[in-house]
Amino acid sequence: MPVLTIRNLTVRFATATGSFTAVDGIDVSVDKGEVLAIVGESGSGKSVAMLAVMGLLPDTATVTADEMSYDGRDLLRMTERERRTLIGRQITMIFQEPVASLNPSFTAGFQIEEVLRLNLGLSRRAAHQRAIELFTGVGIPDPEEKLRAYPHQMSGGQCQRVMIAIAIASNPRLLIADEPTTALDVTIQKQILDLLMKLQADYGMALILITHDMGVVAETADRVQVQYKGKKMEEADVLTLFENPSHPYTRALLSALPENASGDRLPTVSDYFTEGAAP
Amino acid sequence: MTPVVEGRAITRDYHVPGSLFARSREVRALKGIDFRVDKGKTLAIVGESGSGKSTLARIVALIDAPTGGELLIEGSVVDIRRGRPTTEMRAKVQMVFQNPYGSLNPRQKVGDVLMEPLVINTGLSAAERRERAEAMLRKVGLQPEHFGRYPHMFSGGQRQRIAIARALMLNPSLLVLDEPVSALDLSVQAQVLNLLRDLQDEFDLTYVFVSHDLSVVRYIADEVMVISKGEAVEQGTREAVFANPTHPYTRQLFAATPVTSVAAIRARVAQRNALRAAQGAR
Repeated sequence: MPVLTIRNLTVRFATATGSFTAVDGIDVSVDKGEVLAIVGESGSGKSVAMLAVMGLLPDTATVTADEMSYDGRDLLRMTERERRTLIGRQITMIFQEPVASLNPSFTAGFQIEEVLRLNLGLSRRAAHQRAIELFTGVGIPDPEEKLRAYPHQMSGGQCQRVMIAIAIASNPRLLIADEPTTALDVTIQKQILDLLMKLQADYGMALILITHDMGVVAETADRVQVQYKGKKMEEADVLTLFENPSHPYTRALLSALPENASGDRLPTVSDYFTEGAAP
Repeated sequence: MTPVVEGRAITRDYHVPGSLFARSREVRALKGIDFRVDKGKTLAIVGESGSGKSTLARIVALIDAPTGGELLIEGSVVDIRRGRPTTEMRAKVQMVFQNPYGSLNPRQKVGDVLMEPLVINTGLSAAERRERAEAMLRKVGLQPEHFGRYPHMFSGGQRQRIAIARALMLNPSLLVLDEPVSALDLSVQAQVLNLLRDLQDEFDLTYVFVSHDLSVVRYIADEVMVISKGEAVEQGTREAVFANPTHPYTRQLFAATPVTSVAAIRARVAQRNALRAAQGAR
């Protein structure tokens, strides 16, 4: 049974030069315990679709969908109060810039304990205990000491671990990770991806991973959805996608990977795929 | 044959000013780097953030001075601590930066971006300058009609082409490229890498290519230098480094780089299914 179901999602932005459609009729569905990768280049609308789920889009955005439901509950028509019981608790999200995602004026401990007290109703002392457990769980050394640290005193990888600890604090059923490792070095990326995969398996939560990096997709996803200019190009399980991509755009993306270069030249997307060609 | 660029025991210290609570100190960002690149070849410098790779790139590009050691361009010692490099030396070494959104002046038309190096360094007439700029636009895959447009009217890949064109206006022999494709989408990255290859062949250019992305390095490099914490931990031909990495840090980098081969994905999927089955049986 799907945790999240989206049918025909469209997001339009009102701009000075008229309306711009960032997401154009996208379907998304993710099952319990599944890792779905949404892959696309900049401007493909991959982040915008998920921000629409979280209700994090600015007022200039118009969101329409035939269905947007979490666990059978309609996200489009529920009240703000109802929505808040889900978002940030059962559905949580982490972002690309871990250092910028945390508030620089408060310690990491304050920020995670705030979540634990407000969302789970823990006492100050219980929240502190739980924060230590969570920090240990996401592999932060000296958790007691790091709870007292400000974001600028930690590395990017550690800040992302703090973000992950906050995101899993309420034991969510769906975690949305928007380019969680793009700002990180490759060795740290590996650690963070391993951690996300471990937590995903341990907690049995669904994970939606938004990325532009085919390497990240190859290392994590069960199922992959390829987006281009707000439209879904292809959806397949990860092995099929890499072994036998059916859409020209997917083929183009895969062949543009430098490791797949045969001979001197890299094939480019335009060798395979011209815009406006029938998908 | 004299190498186009050679570094001998290059070091660089940064001064970290003291504060109320800490004494000032020196940080050694580069701890004695040796390298040489022959004409028409590409040296890739690989490392993670804080490794000193951009510091080295700026020294090679004659932007920053090394604290110690010698830098030789086409066989002659260049020391910018002792005086500004000559105009000819400046023309020989050019740089392309990572972020094509930040490295072009938003108020300058593309044509002026390309002609500025000629105004400063040559005595060409306005008509000749314009002619050369338009020819260079064509070389990097843009159109002469792009001459009068502003940088914001271009995509990231096109802007990086403009930055490359600007670097080539003075016929340099050495191009220092600091993460030139890391800000670009995959499909655009492929186009820019192809362009760099073509230009290298056409103008017999030498590249010092700084990158953190091993798959890009494997594609473009002849020689590879892996640096970690200011030290060159591994140096060799691309074939040697990729086939047989000797230093533990290089191996760690390789192990962390995602693999997109079908065999690897199949193994991972099988492992995951086995784990799921085990969890389901419990």
